[in-house]
Amino acid sequence: MKKSRRSFLQIAGVSALGLGLKPVADLVAAPAEHGEAPAERVLKNEAALKAKQWAMVIDTRMFESAADLEPIIEACHKIHNVPSIDHPRHEIKWIWEEEFKHAFPTQELRFLPERIEHLPFLVLCNHCEDPPCVRACPTKATFKREDGIVLMDFHRCIGCRFCMAACPYGSRSFNFRDPRPFIKETNLKFPTRMKGVVEKCNFCAERLAVGQMPACVEASNGALTFGDLEDPESDVRKLLSENFTIRRKQALGTGPAVYYII
Amino acid sequence: MNNTRTFYDGGKVITGLVIFVVLVTFPFWYNHGKAAPAPEPQLTEKAKAEKACIRPKNEMKSAHMQILNNWRNNVVRNADRIHETADGKRFEMSLSNTCVDCHSNKADFCDRCHNYVAVNPYCWNCHIDNPKETSK
Amino acid sequence: MLEKAFKGSKRYYGWMTALLAVIGIGFGFYMWQLRFGLGITGMSRDVTWGFYIAQFTFLVGVAASAVMLVLPYYLHHYKAFGRITILGEFLAVASVTMCILFIFVDLGQPMRVLNVLLYPTPNSVLFWDMIVLNGYLLLNIVIGWKILEAERNAVAPPAWIKPLIYISIPWAVSIHTVTAFLYCGLPGRGFWLTAILAPRFLSSAFASGPSLLILLCLIVRKLTKFDPGKEQIQSLAKIVAYAISINVFFFLCEVFVVFYSKIPEHMDHFKYLFVGLHGHGALVPWMWTSLGLMVISIVLLVIPSTRQNESILAVACATVFAGTWIDKGLGMISGGFVPSPLHHVNEYIPTMPEIMITLGVWATGFFILTVLFKIAITVKEEVAGVAS
Repeated sequence: MKKSRRSFLQIAGVSALGLGLKPVADLVAAPAEHGEAPAERVLKNEAALKAKQWAMVIDTRMFESAADLEPIIEACHKIHNVPSIDHPRHEIKWIWEEEFKHAFPTQELRFLPERIEHLPFLVLCNHCEDPPCVRACPTKATFKREDGIVLMDFHRCIGCRFCMAACPYGSRSFNFRDPRPFIKETNLKFPTRMKGVVEKCNFCAERLAVGQMPACVEASNGALTFGDLEDPESDVRKLLSENFTIRRKQALGTGPAVYYII
Repeated sequence: MNNTRTFYDGGKVITGLVIFVVLVTFPFWYNHGKAAPAPEPQLTEKAKAEKACIRPKNEMKSAHMQILNNWRNNVVRNADRIHETADGKRFEMSLSNTCVDCHSNKADFCDRCHNYVAVNPYCWNCHIDNPKETSK
Repeated sequence: MLEKAFKGSKRYYGWMTALLAVIGIGFGFYMWQLRFGLGITGMSRDVTWGFYIAQFTFLVGVAASAVMLVLPYYLHHYKAFGRITILGEFLAVASVTMCILFIFVDLGQPMRVLNVLLYPTPNSVLFWDMIVLNGYLLLNIVIGWKILEAERNAVAPPAWIKPLIYISIPWAVSIHTVTAFLYCGLPGRGFWLTAILAPRFLSSAFASGPSLLILLCLIVRKLTKFDPGKEQIQSLAKIVAYAISINVFFFLCEVFVVFYSKIPEHMDHFKYLFVGLHGHGALVPWMWTSLGLMVISIVLLVIPSTRQNESILAVACATVFAGTWIDKGLGMISGGFVPSPLHHVNEYIPTMPEIMITLGVWATGFFILTVLFKIAITVKEEVAGVAS
C-alpha cells in the first residue's frame, strides 16, 4: 500500500468532520423555510394589553400583616403551577414576602418606624429596564420583550444558572428536581416546568395576552397597581407622581420596574 | 522516514472497517421487509366532527413538529398567540388548550406513532397532556 | 504515537485501572444526578453554584499556567524550558478537559448544551468562555502533538506551528480573564465585584499550575528514565515564588479596600469566610488554613536554601497547591453567594454524590494527563536513547 496509516486516518477524520458539518450547513442554507404556507399568519389577540414598559406599584400602606399578602402569593403560585417544596434548598417562588431589611438590604435604616420594621414586603422579579440576567444568559433563554417583560423560554434554558448569579434580587428559582409531584392543585391551562430549568415571575404574560391584569394585582384589593411606565396617563404614573416611592437596590442601575410606596 | 510512508496492517484495518460497517448497518438489512405497519392516529368524535385541522392531514402528519416549534417560538418569544389558517379560521396557539382539546386521546393519537418511530418528545414534561380527562 | 500509551508497566496499568474505577463510580453518580436533577447536590436557591463551578474556576488557572513555560521558551528563548514545555501543554489539555466536564456536569439540562452554539449570544460572558476554553484546548493539543512528533522524528516542527504558539500565549491569559469576568461583572455580588479579580485569578493560577508541574516533574524523574532537569525545576520554583507572593499581595489589596471602605455588601462576604456571619462559618477554618499554607509556602519558596532543596520544594509546592485550591476551589465561589443578595445566610456544603462526581471528573483529567505524559516521556526516553 502506498498510503501511510497516518494519512489514511487523517482523511478519515476530515471526512467524518465533513459529515458532521452537513446538518450545520443545511441549517445555514435554509433559514427561511419553516414549513409555513404563505396564506397562514400569526397575530396577537385583539384584546391583548399593550405597553412600552410594564411596571407595578405596590402600596405597602395597605398591608398590615402576612395574612394580607397570602391571598396574593397564593393566587400567583396557584395559576402558574408553582410547586411548594418544603426542602429549603429546592424551594421555588415567584412572589413572596420579606422584611424590609431583606427586601431593601442596602437601604436598611437603624430606627425604622415600628409599622415598617416588621411589615412583610412583597418581592418578585423587578422586570428591570436593563436586566443583568438577560445580559448573562448564554442562549437568550431569558430575554426582554418589547413590552418590558423579562421572560423565560423554558424550552431553551440549559440550566447553567448564570442568570441566578446575575440577579441582584434573588428573584429566580431553579428546578433542582421534578416539580410536578409538589404541585398541590394543577392549573390545567398552564404548563408546569421540568427539572433543570430556571423560572421566575412572568408578570402574567399569559393573562395580559387575553386582556387580563396580572393575578396578583387582581387579588390585591387595589394595593397593587399595574400599568405602562412610559404612558404619562397610566395608573402607575399617576401613583408615582403623587407618592414618594422607592425601588430595590436602585444604585445598581438595573432600573427595577416594581415601585414601593412606603 | 521511510517507515511512516507504509500502511501497516492495511489488510487488517480494511477488514476491521468492513466488519464495523456490517455491524452498524445490521439493524437495517436485518429488519428489511419485516417492518410492522405504521399505526394510524385515532381521531376523537370531536376531532372527526371538526373535519379539518389547521393544515391538511398529510401536512399535519409530516410537519406537526415544525408547526409546534413555530408556535412555541411565536407564543413565548414574540407574544403572538393566534394562528390564522389559510381559510381565515383562528386558533389559540396552545398545545394543551387547543391541540389536545380536540385530540384528547393522547395514547391513541400521539403515543402510538411516537412509540412506533421511537421518539420521546418531552412536551409532556411540562405541558398538561390531557386537560379534560385529568379534570374529571 | 498514541500506541505508546498502551505499552506500560504493571504499575502503570494498575494506576490507570484505579482511575477508571473512580471514573466509573463518578459516572454512576452522574447518572443519578441526570435522573433526579441537581437536587442531589448541596446547591440551593441561594447558593446556585457550588463545587463543580469552583473546580472549573481553579482548573482554568492550572490550564492557563502552561504559558509560564511557553512564554520564557518561545519569547525569551530560555532554552532550558524547551525540555518540559510539552509537559505544561499536556497538563493544560487535561485541565481544560476537566473544566469543560465540570461545566457540563453543572448544567441542569445538559442535552441542550448545544443551544449555546445554536443561539450565539455575544453579550454573555459564558459564550466567550466557551470559545476561549475550546480554542485553548485545540491549540494545546495541536501544538503539543506536533512539537512532540517533530522531536521524535528529529526534524524541525512545521512552520505553521509558530504563529499558533504565539497566539496561545495571550490566549492562556484570556481563558482566566474571561473566567474572572463571569463573576466580576455581576451587579449585587459584592465579593466578586472587583477589578482585581482577573489579576488575582491569574496570579493564583501561575502559582498553582507550575507548583503542580514541579510535583509532576519530580514524580516523572522518580518513575521514568526522563529527568525534567534541576534547572528547569528551579526556574519553575522561582515562578511559583513570585506568583504566590503576588497572589497574597492582591488578596491583601482586596482586604484593605473592603475593610477600610467598610461597605457592607463587600465586607460581609469576607466576614463570612474568615470570621463567620450571623453564626454561620463552615468555611472559616478552611480559609485560615488556606491563608496559612500560602504564607508558609512564601517563606519556603523565597528563602534560596529551602527552595533549592528539592524535598522541601516538594512540600512547598504541595502547600501552594492546597492553599490555592482551598482559596479558589472552596471559598471563591460559595463565598460570593453568602450572604445572599437579600442578605440571608444560607451556607453551602457539598454532598457526597456531588463529591463523587467531582472526583470522577478529576480522575478523568488525571487519566488523560497520564496518557499524554506517558506518550511524551516515552518519546523523550527514546530520543535520549538514540542520542546516547
